[in-house]
Amino acid sequence: MARGRIRAKFRRSNLYTFACLRPTAAESEGPQSLQGPGFSRIVHCNEPVLHKKKPLKYCSNSISTTRYNVITFLPKAFFEQFRRVANIYFLVAAICSLFSFSPFSPLSMIAPLVFVLGVSMTKEAIEDWHRFIQDMKVNTRKVMVHKGGGVFRNKQWRNLQVGDVLKVEKDKFFPADLLLLSSSYEDGLCYVETMNLDGETNLKVKRSLEVTLGLDSDESFKDFKGMIRCEDPNPSLYTFIGNFDYEREVYPLDPTQILLRDSKLRNTAFIYGVVIFTGHDSKVMQNSTKSPSKRSRIERKMDRIIYVLLSVLLGISVISSIGFYIQTKYQMPDWWYLQPQSGTSCYDPNNAIASGFCHFVTALMLYGYLIPISLYVSIEMVKFLQAIFINRDIDMYDGESGTPAQARTSNLNEELGQVDTILSDKTGTLTCNQMDFLKCSIAGSAYGVKSSEVELAAAKQMAVDLEEEESGISAYRGPNHHGRSEIELESIVTTVDGKDEKKKVVKGFSFEDSRLMDGNWIKDPKAKDILLFLRILAICHTAIPEINEETNEITYEAESPDEIAFLVAAREFGFEFFRRNQSSIYVREGCPSPGDPVEREYKLLNLLDFTSKRKRMSVIVQDEDGQILLLCKGADSIIFDRLAKNGRAYEEVTTKHLNEYGENGLRTLALAYKRLDKAEYTSWNNEFMKAKTSIGSDREAMLEKVSDMMERDLILIGATAVEDKLQKGVPQCIDKLAQAGLKLWVLTGDKMETAINIGFACSLLRQGMKQICISINSDTLGRQDAKKAVKDDILMQITNASQMVKLEKDPHAAFALIIDGKTLTYALEEDLKNHFLGLAVDCASVICCRVSPKQKALVTRLVKEGTGKTTLAIGDGANDVGMIQEADIGVGISGVEGMQAVMASDFAIAQFRFLEKLLVVHGHWCYKRIAQMICYFFYKNIAFGLTFFYFEAVTAFSGQSIYDDWYMILFNVFVTSLPVISLGVFEQDVSSEICLQFPALYQQGPKNLFFDWYRILGWMGNGLVASAVIFVFNIAFFYRQAFRPGGQTADMTTVGTAMFTCIVWVVNCQIALTMSHFTWIQHLFIWGSIGFWYLFLLIYGLLSPSYTGNVYKILQEVLGPAPSYWTITLLVTVTCNLLYFSHISIQRCFYPMDHHVIQEIKYYKKDVRDKIMWTREKSKARQETKIGFTARVEAKIRYLRGRLHKKHLSLNSPRTAVASPS
Amino acid sequence: MLMVAASQQPLPCPVQYHHLQGAKRVVEIVERYDAECVPDAYKSNKVAYIKNGSISKNCTKLLKVDKLMKAPIYIYYQLDNYYQNHRRYVKSRSDKQLLDGLQNNDTSSCKPEESNGGLPVVPCGLVAWSLFNDSYIFTRGAVPLKVNRKNIAWKSDRDHKFGKRVYPFNFQNGSLIGGGKLDPHIPLSDQEDLIVWMRTAALPSFRKLYGRIEEDLHPSDLITVNLTNNYNTYSFGGAKKLVLSTSSWLGGKNDFLGVFYIFVGSSCIFISLVFLLLHLKDSRPCGDATFSYWNRKNVSL
Repeated sequence: MARGRIRAKFRRSNLYTFACLRPTAAESEGPQSLQGPGFSRIVHCNEPVLHKKKPLKYCSNSISTTRYNVITFLPKAFFEQFRRVANIYFLVAAICSLFSFSPFSPLSMIAPLVFVLGVSMTKEAIEDWHRFIQDMKVNTRKVMVHKGGGVFRNKQWRNLQVGDVLKVEKDKFFPADLLLLSSSYEDGLCYVETMNLDGETNLKVKRSLEVTLGLDSDESFKDFKGMIRCEDPNPSLYTFIGNFDYEREVYPLDPTQILLRDSKLRNTAFIYGVVIFTGHDSKVMQNSTKSPSKRSRIERKMDRIIYVLLSVLLGISVISSIGFYIQTKYQMPDWWYLQPQSGTSCYDPNNAIASGFCHFVTALMLYGYLIPISLYVSIEMVKFLQAIFINRDIDMYDGESGTPAQARTSNLNEELGQVDTILSDKTGTLTCNQMDFLKCSIAGSAYGVKSSEVELAAAKQMAVDLEEEESGISAYRGPNHHGRSEIELESIVTTVDGKDEKKKVVKGFSFEDSRLMDGNWIKDPKAKDILLFLRILAICHTAIPEINEETNEITYEAESPDEIAFLVAAREFGFEFFRRNQSSIYVREGCPSPGDPVEREYKLLNLLDFTSKRKRMSVIVQDEDGQILLLCKGADSIIFDRLAKNGRAYEEVTTKHLNEYGENGLRTLALAYKRLDKAEYTSWNNEFMKAKTSIGSDREAMLEKVSDMMERDLILIGATAVEDKLQKGVPQCIDKLAQAGLKLWVLTGDKMETAINIGFACSLLRQGMKQICISINSDTLGRQDAKKAVKDDILMQITNASQMVKLEKDPHAAFALIIDGKTLTYALEEDLKNHFLGLAVDCASVICCRVSPKQKALVTRLVKEGTGKTTLAIGDGANDVGMIQEADIGVGISGVEGMQAVMASDFAIAQFRFLEKLLVVHGHWCYKRIAQMICYFFYKNIAFGLTFFYFEAVTAFSGQSIYDDWYMILFNVFVTSLPVISLGVFEQDVSSEICLQFPALYQQGPKNLFFDWYRILGWMGNGLVASAVIFVFNIAFFYRQAFRPGGQTADMTTVGTAMFTCIVWVVNCQIALTMSHFTWIQHLFIWGSIGFWYLFLLIYGLLSPSYTGNVYKILQEVLGPAPSYWTITLLVTVTCNLLYFSHISIQRCFYPMDHHVIQEIKYYKKDVRDKIMWTREKSKARQETKIGFTARVEAKIRYLRGRLHKKHLSLNSPRTAVASPS
Repeated sequence: MLMVAASQQPLPCPVQYHHLQGAKRVVEIVERYDAECVPDAYKSNKVAYIKNGSISKNCTKLLKVDKLMKAPIYIYYQLDNYYQNHRRYVKSRSDKQLLDGLQNNDTSSCKPEESNGGLPVVPCGLVAWSLFNDSYIFTRGAVPLKVNRKNIAWKSDRDHKFGKRVYPFNFQNGSLIGGGKLDPHIPLSDQEDLIVWMRTAALPSFRKLYGRIEEDLHPSDLITVNLTNNYNTYSFGGAKKLVLSTSSWLGGKNDFLGVFYIFVGSSCIFISLVFLLLHLKDSRPCGDATFSYWNRKNVSL
């Protein structure tokens, strides 16, 4: 606040020539006619009371993103639950259990269902509660609201009403869509950051109406009244139509006066505004779409398995009802002990068909244990716990912003392990949107020794790789191999660059070169050029200095971060820009003697500002000597076109430097100047003024033409290289992800140049990569039937490129596809998109620039649907929301201020680099855990459920179950659930460090090695065998004969209990064999479950016999003392698991998978004893990759080796047997 | 690798042998009598015979002892093709009534045998109604063999499941007579035949304990069984057998457990041998990274 006051009365609009053209003409036009539907909104400014009742009552400003409220929760949540086919089955079964034909007691059917639904719905409720809390946070933010009488008070956002007058201060978000009335600047200008809306980081200028400029203090609102008629709420961010009725005049309104909710006030101390759209009426909320509920691949496949099981269930039910029909019809009349003559409908031999149908329903319920009812709920519990692990992972905790990773929906955990393509946003995701001045080229000499992060990372990797190559090769060919020195030399050069001593850190300035620093440049022979260069940096901009009153330090505020970097650099070189007024720029120049700075004033004559079309900006200044200068900076191609004949002295060298900088991912600008004599300037200025004051549509064109005239015949002085600072660890992360076999597409709203720069910076692009640029040929646009022509042209480009890719012989050749938004509109159309996708998939990296949020989503959908593989979208801004929602997994970058991306995302992480751990460790684990867990679930339920069927066959298909009802309840909930949950939560094939060291392990997920049909059917077969063994062994043993020394024979309950004991042992031993990671928890759960079964039996046996029936004291008296009970348990357990045990033994011995080998290495501590082998394997264990700096280093090494090879050939041509190690 | 092979053999051999020997020592005499006990005149219509109350059902069978049978010798009756596990049958009982008698009014679970002439039946239900009622008297030579028919049911059943003050009531009084009758003066807890019968069998062929002979039977002993052939198995083509058997620590004469222990054990040995051979022939050193995917991939290139 305090800082802003200093220049509060400064008319910033004078700075601009092109941007923020005040539509003076428009104002003279009459008010817009707002007739008809869609323009019904009326806002009484400063009279919110009028909006308290109908018909002017609009929705409140509190927002809600929750799915349910107190009333809708039950019906909606139930509906959600019963979308799962298995749950419907269980509901029907539970209802049927109330009738007589049920084989089980109603309790045993209803209790599990209630439990399962209860847990799932509780989880839903908790998740919704979190959303509610999040909403509340937003809703209770405070803003200054006019209370009447010129007094402003703080009020919560949710209490805002249409018509309220607000005062929003610097760096605060707008709480609703506002009409800008006035700002701290005299001319009603304000700066807005719309990052949350469209992801653009440059500031937008908004400007109030002329008439409301007077309302610039709290008091002036005492009597302020006005009325706005405008359009109804709609999602279009860039349009607004309305009229402002003020003091009996009507003024038209357009989007430049509208401040949108969730954008942020920048560079402006405060603004006053009137609320037009509140809450869900606001444009940003209108834009938000309900996030689609996503389901993971595994879960969808699981549904199919459940369908398979349901059909098995139907099948065996049909078999048993036919069996029942036959028995009832032909045999039951003879079974006098059943009193067939008094049979009810379900046992009526005279009406056997009805009985058969009746039995069909019974059978459906009886065999219901084939469908694992607790599967969904167990999976949900497991995923919930997995999510906690993700949330609590300290490696994914960002210490700076204090944000942990957050799994916002837990049902996609395992999908993280199957990602194939990552679609990433650029700004805020890969880069921090902070520019560092790193290098420059002045008058043909390159300055700046510090390497960019990418160079450093690559150099490090190169050093490691070379070392390995060395050891690898020397093992083959002996130590006396010469000729390597060259490679070593180059690598040393690059690593030396990296050695920098830490100095004082200046934000935006990482330049290091003693030749320029500390005023040393004066000694440089080209000091004159350098002086000019530095002056351009200090003068040619639109920034404003702000003096921090406490420290007296100057900070700058500018539209783009590049300018700030330049100004900081200039200041560090001794040219401190410290004041600006209407007509002058003041620079404190530390030269020639650094101790004694001189304040110089430069009269700002004209400013030709930067637009994306012009790609350059210039200032025309007059220095204290009266010399008029044009200083210009801009994109190199633009500047080079405009050089004078005598200004091209450094063109060649500078171009070389620019290429180098570009290769290292730096953003470059060329600087040039021109001296003007007075007469020349005056004549031009007249014309310029004429253009500036002209009214009409061609004003802009005229201005541009006049400016163009001036910006010619320039003299090139140098170039700058600014590092668009990548976020921490981004190149390394991309490298690892590439090694894990993931593809990365960059979708950015930025310019193509920037995007390519970042491509280089992230090593997505590298020198030697063939870049395929698909763009619209501007010639075709003019033609008739332009659209078709453009499409044909694009199709041709795509086809040619595809041909080229296909014909490429070199296995190391890599292609990069670069396409811009406009071209993409055509390429995404139905007839072209598959060609486009085909090409894109063949390319190592794909960069789409200038894409709109909608296109991001479309590209994502294309990849998702076209390749059928799992996609992950990552982004931080509201412009990424579409893509995040569209992708199979959406990841939001949290920690930055905007929350839209995070709110729409499934996972939120604070930094891009955390993606590595999220995917390679958590994704890998979760995938395997869930896959194993589901397989095991089907196994155990088949093993259990089929025993019912076998038993049916010996009970004349009557639908009798051999187990007590309580055993069955127990089975899914108590004796088998905890071990499998511990498998789902804690299982890990290899530790997290190894996951990271061997990224290739990740490919097990995308290849779906653990949940393919072979594996699923294998597990089902295992279940089938287990059920058969359990049943046959028990029946064979208990058949007729006494099972105890005391001569007693076994009744049904005894056989059932023994059989159930066997099942408990078998399935729990099975899971113990399945697990590869044990902690005490797994042991407790597995052996505890078995122990629990005996404990239950003991306690259940003590209950009243009128309730327990024949189970009374079954363990104590009947089974416990019988040795045969214990021996049959042992036999069955061993037999059932023998098959699986042999399988895993064979697999491990003869067809080991990667994690098996690593487990063994770890088990035998080979990694400690044989370090060389360990590092060698680590470096080998990665997917073939063409992106990432490792690939870049490899390419470089290949190149160097190729050169070496040639040299060798020429040296000793007869002996060409120089075996290349590749 | 060896570790893997060794662990394939989970059971020590003596266990298997012991199991088999256990079963082998058991001596068993099985005698089917339902067919032969029908008088020749009724051979073609056995159902008429069994339903005709006026015909004497007494019958005599001779059993020859082949091997020494050490006391106790268990007497079982065996029914074949008798679905005691049929759901309609199994459900038709009331455990509450068995414990509390007439105090317990809710006998709906006993359908279709819950009441008779408006009065409840104790014990109700099909299971009790179809009580087995053949009886056997044994004599060795001319000396009657004492048969102990006490303690043939589980102690917990006698003490806690069948009421000590619950007496049969209105039982087998209907037009449709099922199986045996009960002495209305003896409480249910002492009606051990009923208690044994009420433990429904798991399979359609089953044995139930009838009593114990508490003296040794020697080879070439001749035992005369005087039996009453009351129970109707002719309707549904079942079979009735009388079984005398000794027992071992595993129970009755059942080779299954031993045979399967040997079978599973030897398959374990076989598998471990196969593994051992494979291991010797073509071994993969543990933790050798050359077997990993990335290295094999390189080999194939």
